[in-house]
Amino acid sequence: MSSLTALFMRDFRLAIRVGGGGGIGVLFFLIVVTLTPFAIGPDLALLARIGPAILWLGALLASLLTLDRLFTADYEDGSLDLVLMADTPLELAVAAKAAAHWLTTGLPLVIATPLLGLFMNLDAGASAAVALTLLAGTPALTFIGLIGAALSVALRRGGLLLAVLVLPLTVPVLIFGVAASNAAIIGPLPFGTPFTILCALTMISLVVGVFAAAAALRQGME
Amino acid sequence: MNLGPHAAFIVASYAIAAAVVAVLIGWIAFDNRAQRRNLARLEAHGVTRRSENSA
Amino acid sequence: MPLIDLANPTRYLQLSGRALPWLIAITAAACVAGLYLTANAPDDYQQGATVKIMFIHVPAAWLGMFGWAMMSAAALGTLVWRHPLADVAAKAAAPIGAAFTFLCLVTGSLWGRPMWGTYWVWDARLTSVLLLFLMYLGVIALWRTVEDPSRAARAAAILTLVGAINLPIIKWSVDWWNTLHQPASVIKMGGPAIYSTILIPLLVMAIAFTLLFMTLHVAAMRNEILRRRVRTLMLMQAQTAPGSGA
Repeated sequence: MSSLTALFMRDFRLAIRVGGGGGIGVLFFLIVVTLTPFAIGPDLALLARIGPAILWLGALLASLLTLDRLFTADYEDGSLDLVLMADTPLELAVAAKAAAHWLTTGLPLVIATPLLGLFMNLDAGASAAVALTLLAGTPALTFIGLIGAALSVALRRGGLLLAVLVLPLTVPVLIFGVAASNAAIIGPLPFGTPFTILCALTMISLVVGVFAAAAALRQGME
Repeated sequence: MNLGPHAAFIVASYAIAAAVVAVLIGWIAFDNRAQRRNLARLEAHGVTRRSENSA
Repeated sequence: MPLIDLANPTRYLQLSGRALPWLIAITAAACVAGLYLTANAPDDYQQGATVKIMFIHVPAAWLGMFGWAMMSAAALGTLVWRHPLADVAAKAAAPIGAAFTFLCLVTGSLWGRPMWGTYWVWDARLTSVLLLFLMYLGVIALWRTVEDPSRAARAAAILTLVGAINLPIIKWSVDWWNTLHQPASVIKMGGPAIYSTILIPLLVMAIAFTLLFMTLHVAAMRNEILRRRVRTLMLMQAQTAPGSGA
């Protein structure tokens, strides 16, 4: 087993284990979506119209909040030093950790979306469209949040400061994610246009996020 | 100079621009004074930089 | 005198101390000239006298972006050459850039009230500037929460560069979002062609604002160098006099 696979499997197991916090993200997502009707009223027509936006906002917050301790925990128990000293390029190690994190927190959000779409009065087609955009878009959120998670090691700080630093960077993903969902539900735009751009944003954030996070870890561990 | 019906908005814009610049200048001047005072106090206590000791 | 001498903080303090009075004088002259031209500029045929707001709004917007570009250049200096003066330049530029971005937002809002009938619209241009302002505030918050300056500098440098890559993407997506939501409600600035009677005051004001930014930046960098010197001396004092209670 290569070191990357080992790292990936380790993070994956840690996240799904008791106390790993993999399921908390979905729970948080569920609560944010449940709170919305209490804030704006149970008008089903209105909920159907803003449903995709609510689901996207919930997913955005859930995926960012779960990232907070991705590297901090490794820094505290010393395993981050081993990752830094290993022969494997740090960029790849960071990407493996991000992939494990997305599988345990991002993918459950995508799977939970059809159920929550029901709460938001979305029909089956609309729920599928939102789930598809989340499938394409949540990796971008993970990789952008990765920069914040790495910075929190460098800064010895976490929480709100990182949300403040990272959230403005997620604006393009939010715009195109919600636009693609709405295009599939109400038109008039073809679904493909915003959706392809959303995929492109995910690719860009894959590159930028991994390299920036690796750089932040190297600078922060000195 | 006739500023037309929206004179209040034009005057307010220029006033706020002046205020923002004044606050920046004031903050930088105040900061400069404070840092110089701190340096003088430390030097009065006999704390100097290594480069100044060797020179 | 070789340019590399500027890289030494002590030399920088000496040189900038000599240059600062001149910079202040040139900036003051440029500001007076800009304000004089602005006061005598003719009204726009469409927007009347409110076009005068443009003479501060557009230079402020330009400096908001210029500030981030300057921070990005300094961030490269921090990460590639590990230069302490680059840290100082990046830190000093952040509040000044944020102030000009704020000025751009406020004047845009005051301009929007007579033109659009409301203080704020989610216009593409205003929204991008708002996001730029929020990112400035984030960087300033980062500088303020971390005590060790060199650690803060490297983290801020990475964030600044990521922001520099993201800002064009944000700008473009906000434009796209805007055309989707409110087609053709955005007014064109100054019509299809800006006449020289408007352009010349605008350029002079832009130059005056840029000089103002430079002067403030040089002064703020000097303060920052002094602040680090005070910090070092206080650490030395704490080390050399244990138990004396400083």
